[in-house]
Amino acid sequence: MSGNDREIGLESIVIDVLINDRRVVRRIDVRQHLGDFLRVDLELTGTHLGCEHGVCGACTILLDGRTTRACLTLTAQAHGKQVHTIEGLSESGALDELREAFIAHNAAQCAFCSSGMLLTAHELLQLGKTVSRDDIRNYLSGNICRCTGYHAIIDAVESVLRAKGGAA
Amino acid sequence: MKARGFRYYRPGSLKEAVHALRDTGPDAVAMAGGQSLLAALNMRLSNPSLIVDIGDLPELQGIEEVDGVVRIGATTRHADILRNAVIGKRVPLICEVGSHIAHAAVRNRGTIGGSLAYADPAAEWPAAMVALQASVILASPRGERVIPAEQFFVGLLETALESDEIIVRVDVPIPASGIITGFGELARRHGDFAIAGLVVCTLIDKHKLIDPRIVYLGCSEYARPAVNMMRALDQMEIPLSNAANFADALRKDAPSNDVPGLRGETRQKIAEVLTRRVINSLERPK
Repeated sequence: MSGNDREIGLESIVIDVLINDRRVVRRIDVRQHLGDFLRVDLELTGTHLGCEHGVCGACTILLDGRTTRACLTLTAQAHGKQVHTIEGLSESGALDELREAFIAHNAAQCAFCSSGMLLTAHELLQLGKTVSRDDIRNYLSGNICRCTGYHAIIDAVESVLRAKGGAA
Repeated sequence: MKARGFRYYRPGSLKEAVHALRDTGPDAVAMAGGQSLLAALNMRLSNPSLIVDIGDLPELQGIEEVDGVVRIGATTRHADILRNAVIGKRVPLICEVGSHIAHAAVRNRGTIGGSLAYADPAAEWPAAMVALQASVILASPRGERVIPAEQFFVGLLETALESDEIIVRVDVPIPASGIITGFGELARRHGDFAIAGLVVCTLIDKHKLIDPRIVYLGCSEYARPAVNMMRALDQMEIPLSNAANFADALRKDAPSNDVPGLRGETRQKIAEVLTRRVINSLERPK
């Protein structure tokens, strides 16, 4: 420490954030990550916490429209931004085709990874590119599933892409 | 898997940011995307007293071409670099290399400055910036300084950054015409840390490599020119048929020790095969 008597920074701050298009203003501990804020403070438990160090992808949410790992994001970093979770996107109908395809292809077994898989697959669809099966596999590579062996998930995403004319 | 307590500060300008670092001392840390820092905080491998959040400072963002140089703001996100038209046209190697960085969600948040400051030996940007002879621009309360990427990385996770300095941007010179570039890496799954990889920039004349510049990742302690390999391969005819004439040089530039799950010998072999693969697939000048 430099011996300054004025310490810089705060241990708790007020954040103002849009969660699933609803304005939320709360005081939070700055050490809290966004996954805990969603699950504990807001009781949005559709965002799952697996590894909490950025490896498993279960906590994937959309921050300003882009997939983001909630466990690798401080709640404080979401200040002034938009967050969408599996709850918000499910209610809006944005995931309907993907959800139906996941059910049809048996792509959810225990479903722990499903919210993250759905949001990541949703982002891939939004990119609007023509993609191959390998591209789908690479795009979903940051989301770990311990049940299905991935083929069913890739089948499901491919079927939605095919229906939209985006599968190579 | 929860971070310890720390203080958090969101500065309004770069000036406020570097002063906060100076006034707090070496246990303050700047954070942009936080994609490496948050993992380290959650696992309690890192214990800063203050986090200075520079992620939304507009003066550190953006990409522009100025006098033969592509300037990339430090907090430009990987995903934004990969979809940038100037970079795609002027330095396509950057897009090729960057597409191997982690996974989509991490590329959406992580920044080039953060990757350079963290200096992970398996990271893609440090190797690419050294290979492309980029310069790193640093700011502190004392002003700005420019340092070649080659001198910025000094050891395992170690850089020339002083504790009150923040990376402002990286300046990448547009490769001269005739320079041919290549990249390859091997990871267990797409986006994982590279077991081994390399970035190559070279001239090719009559099927011979001329003055090749090679930087390894994953199998080198830090991003630096692979000087022994560069000497060994200079004037060598391609395609390289076998590794006999560069095996010793590779051992010096990418010495591999046994680690849990991977024998040094195996990593060495992977580096050797990748080197031949990347060099032999370099696109010849038309």
